[in-house]
Amino acid sequence: MLSGYTIVTVSLLYLSILFAVAYYGDRRADQRRSIIASPYIFALSIAVYCTAWTFYGSVGRAAASGVSFLPIYLGPTLTFILGWFLIRKIIRISKVNRITSIADFVASRYGKSSFLGGLVTVIAVVGIMPYISLQLKAISTSFAVLQQYPDIVMPAKLGSTPVLQDTALYVALIMAAFAILFGTRHIDASERHEGMVAAIAFESVVKLIAFLAVGLFVTYGIYGGFGEVFSRAAATTALERLFTLQAAGGYSSWISLTLVSMAAIVVLPRQFQVLVVENVDERHIKKAIWLFPLYLLLINLFVLPIAFGGLLHFPSNTVDADTFVLTVPMAQHFQAVALFAFIGGLSAATGMIIVETIALATMVSNDLVMPVLLRVGRLHLSERKDMTGLLLAIRRGAIVFVILLGYVYVRLIGESYALVSIGLMSFVAAAQFAPAILGGILWKGATRSGALAGLSAGFLAWIYTLLLPSFARSGWISESFVQDGPWGLASFSPYALLGLSGLDPIAHALFWTMVLNVGLYVAVSLMTTQTMIERSQAVQFVDIFKQTSEGARIWRGSATIGDLRRLMNRFIGEALTDQSFRRFEREKARRLDDAHAADAGIVHYAERQLAGAIGAASARIMIASVLREEMHDIDEVMQILDEASQLVVYSRQLEEKSQQLEAATGELRAANERLKELDKMKDDFVSTISHEFRTPLTSIRSFSEIVHDNPDISVEQRNRFLGTIVLETERLTRLVNDILDLAKMEAGETDWHLAEIEPKEMIANALAATAGLFAKNPRIKLETQVAEGLPRILVDADRITQVIVNLISNAVKFCDKNNGVITLAARADAGALVFGVRDNGIGIAKEDHKKIFERFRQAGDTLIDKPQGTGLGLPISAHILKRFGGTIWVESEPGKGATFSFRLPPATASAKLRLKAEARAEIA
Amino acid sequence: MPRRGLTGERLVGLFLFGLLLLSPPLIGAFDTASLVRGIPVLYLYLFVAWALLIGLMALIVERPDPDEETAEDGSGADTDHPPTGDREPERC
Repeated sequence: MLSGYTIVTVSLLYLSILFAVAYYGDRRADQRRSIIASPYIFALSIAVYCTAWTFYGSVGRAAASGVSFLPIYLGPTLTFILGWFLIRKIIRISKVNRITSIADFVASRYGKSSFLGGLVTVIAVVGIMPYISLQLKAISTSFAVLQQYPDIVMPAKLGSTPVLQDTALYVALIMAAFAILFGTRHIDASERHEGMVAAIAFESVVKLIAFLAVGLFVTYGIYGGFGEVFSRAAATTALERLFTLQAAGGYSSWISLTLVSMAAIVVLPRQFQVLVVENVDERHIKKAIWLFPLYLLLINLFVLPIAFGGLLHFPSNTVDADTFVLTVPMAQHFQAVALFAFIGGLSAATGMIIVETIALATMVSNDLVMPVLLRVGRLHLSERKDMTGLLLAIRRGAIVFVILLGYVYVRLIGESYALVSIGLMSFVAAAQFAPAILGGILWKGATRSGALAGLSAGFLAWIYTLLLPSFARSGWISESFVQDGPWGLASFSPYALLGLSGLDPIAHALFWTMVLNVGLYVAVSLMTTQTMIERSQAVQFVDIFKQTSEGARIWRGSATIGDLRRLMNRFIGEALTDQSFRRFEREKARRLDDAHAADAGIVHYAERQLAGAIGAASARIMIASVLREEMHDIDEVMQILDEASQLVVYSRQLEEKSQQLEAATGELRAANERLKELDKMKDDFVSTISHEFRTPLTSIRSFSEIVHDNPDISVEQRNRFLGTIVLETERLTRLVNDILDLAKMEAGETDWHLAEIEPKEMIANALAATAGLFAKNPRIKLETQVAEGLPRILVDADRITQVIVNLISNAVKFCDKNNGVITLAARADAGALVFGVRDNGIGIAKEDHKKIFERFRQAGDTLIDKPQGTGLGLPISAHILKRFGGTIWVESEPGKGATFSFRLPPATASAKLRLKAEARAEIA
Repeated sequence: MPRRGLTGERLVGLFLFGLLLLSPPLIGAFDTASLVRGIPVLYLYLFVAWALLIGLMALIVERPDPDEETAEDGSGADTDHPPTGDREPERC
């Protein structure tokens, strides 16, 4: 018979099996023969998703609104299709960073911010608490219902049962004991609980079989299969209504439930615990992504038949649909099935309580209590010898705190709400983590401020749109708060914020929380900048699959490996520390000497080991403390780098300077050479000039002396001598004129009379000036070849005429005296004027081609040969041409005559040149 | 080498297909109160679609991905090319 005694005995028996499984799992783990290292166990442990809410609540929800329970399981199926990407990425990130909870994950991603970790913990505790209460409520309700057998009576209000007779309290205490035993057996760097996972997988099997048993019993035992149940329901209009989506709340409800459960399957703390923290091997994901949805499908297969069976069985609405799983077998007097159903419900509830509590307790101790304690300097915690005991005490205290809080909540508030509504509230709260996590692993630009803003805003919106109304329903605050809005402000009504009505409360809350959460997360992230540590964490998270080695850490530390060892001893105990140091030695194939300075690799390793025990943010603080504050955070490191790069810049500048100096020295040396050369040229010039002057002076002097000393010289002879004197004097004058001319030109003191002229005129002038020369030398023939359409040139006409005269007289001087031919040619070449004078004289040797344009240089040796002309004609000509942008050159071979040519730019180009020259002069 | 073979792309495709199957407006097409072999059309559709997705997922991940696991024994369905002699010796 089903008496309270039997039920309690069977329940205790079941729970002791659970303890045994967990104990066995832990022992096997200690022997390194894990029983959970299999994708099947992994998939079963994920099924902790199916709680008492699934077990009892789905039927209740189906009885009230048809298929509306399904999105809660379809959403996870969709998420799991992407699990190969998303979940595997989260697992990899968590393994690399030793992340042990969802709070740790968020804190670590956004720059190891302990504040953010604390916020996530608070949201999780406040948001998930009702969910734990839900499980406790389900156990006590189901126990109370079963206890009434063979009567089917709904239990009295829970609040009226004395506390000491309340099954929920005892279950809560047993669960706390389980969680403490198997959740905090030791502080492990990896924070994995193999025994617990084994127990959860076992529970998943039990609840599935129990539910399938009830389903098969109802569908095939009472009715003749699916067809009969539904056909009989279809006969009743009230039930036929449930066949459509309309009963399920329409599309908006469908979509919001799908979305919220898509997020929940990963971000609920207990799901994160089994999916990520307890994962043994990330390859298990591959099989689990279809095994877990298959589990969900199976456990939901009979929800509708049981719901309709219950509705057909109890048409009078006296029985709560949430209890159909129990009451339908009870009504048929199948005690064993009813008892098995109760055990199934118990297993669903306890599994959830255990994992959720351990997950929350880890968060509370690692992300809330420890950072606070470590920061309170007065406690001198960071100097305490052994922290393992304290850590375990905090963890255990947190477990008791979380479970008892859940119990208090259910005593105070749990009665007012149907099971499913409480569960969905928690789902929406957990969904607040989704943007920060999903954004965190996909978007490098997300900042800590963005995550803080999004989470806070989403959480506040959740409090306003779901938590406060639930208080109102429990009578804690006035009912009118929900109906009419606060102080009668209808547009602030928590179920129709800003007039957004027509949605059910969950869809409404999901909409507003997500608008605020995602909106602020993105907007604030875009407007703020990341610190260096945020940046490096962001890159590490997003690019986790691209990384091969551990992130390089730079610091100027003075800590030794022994310091690190002592630090780890305090938190995870000596044995584990030794073990993990040995593992490091094995993996890296190096020896760790306690006296040696700790390098980046071992510090990073130690930090990750510690992070497993006390959370990323706390581990960072501890490591920093042992490195005596000399561990620079990345900002500082960047500063060092900045300084270093500044130095590089300086040295580069120095290098540049010295190069410039070298170049300047080179220029100076060249200038010096040039000066020396000029000096030599001046000496040459003086000696040449003396020589040039001496020749005519000598002849003038000797002829004058002859005339002076010989008064009896004949008149004819005297006249000849005087003539020579005059000639030589003229020559001297010309020489002096030329020298002055050249000196003036070189000093830039010549007056130039610029005018645009026709080259032909100039040539005619020059020919007229030299006509006398040809008259004196009748054997020399002159030919002129002046082309048509010569460009006009902008020059001093007299000066250019002087050049042409020079060239012609040179030609006359050097051409063949007996059969001379001089050809004068002018043509246009590429817009410029080219003028040439060719003679058929002795020619000029190649090596003299340049020399002849220098002062006092004539082809051949002037000291021996009789000088012909002053030797200044060509240099002067070259100067003049240079002044007008022209050039002069000679083409000649000895014995084949010579051609002197010059080129002058057309008037337009010269004008430009002159303007430029003037501009330069002005600047100078 | 990132392990991103065909499996990943096929799963993304399946995810999109799943979104299509399990959300409005497509589910609306089955939103009638009529029965097929005694089972409401909407229920039947949802469970069949769900089972289909799970089946396809299993098919995708359990089948060796030619891009991803080339070292695996190539006894897959599509062996167009004859087995080559220089295959790596299998280690146990």
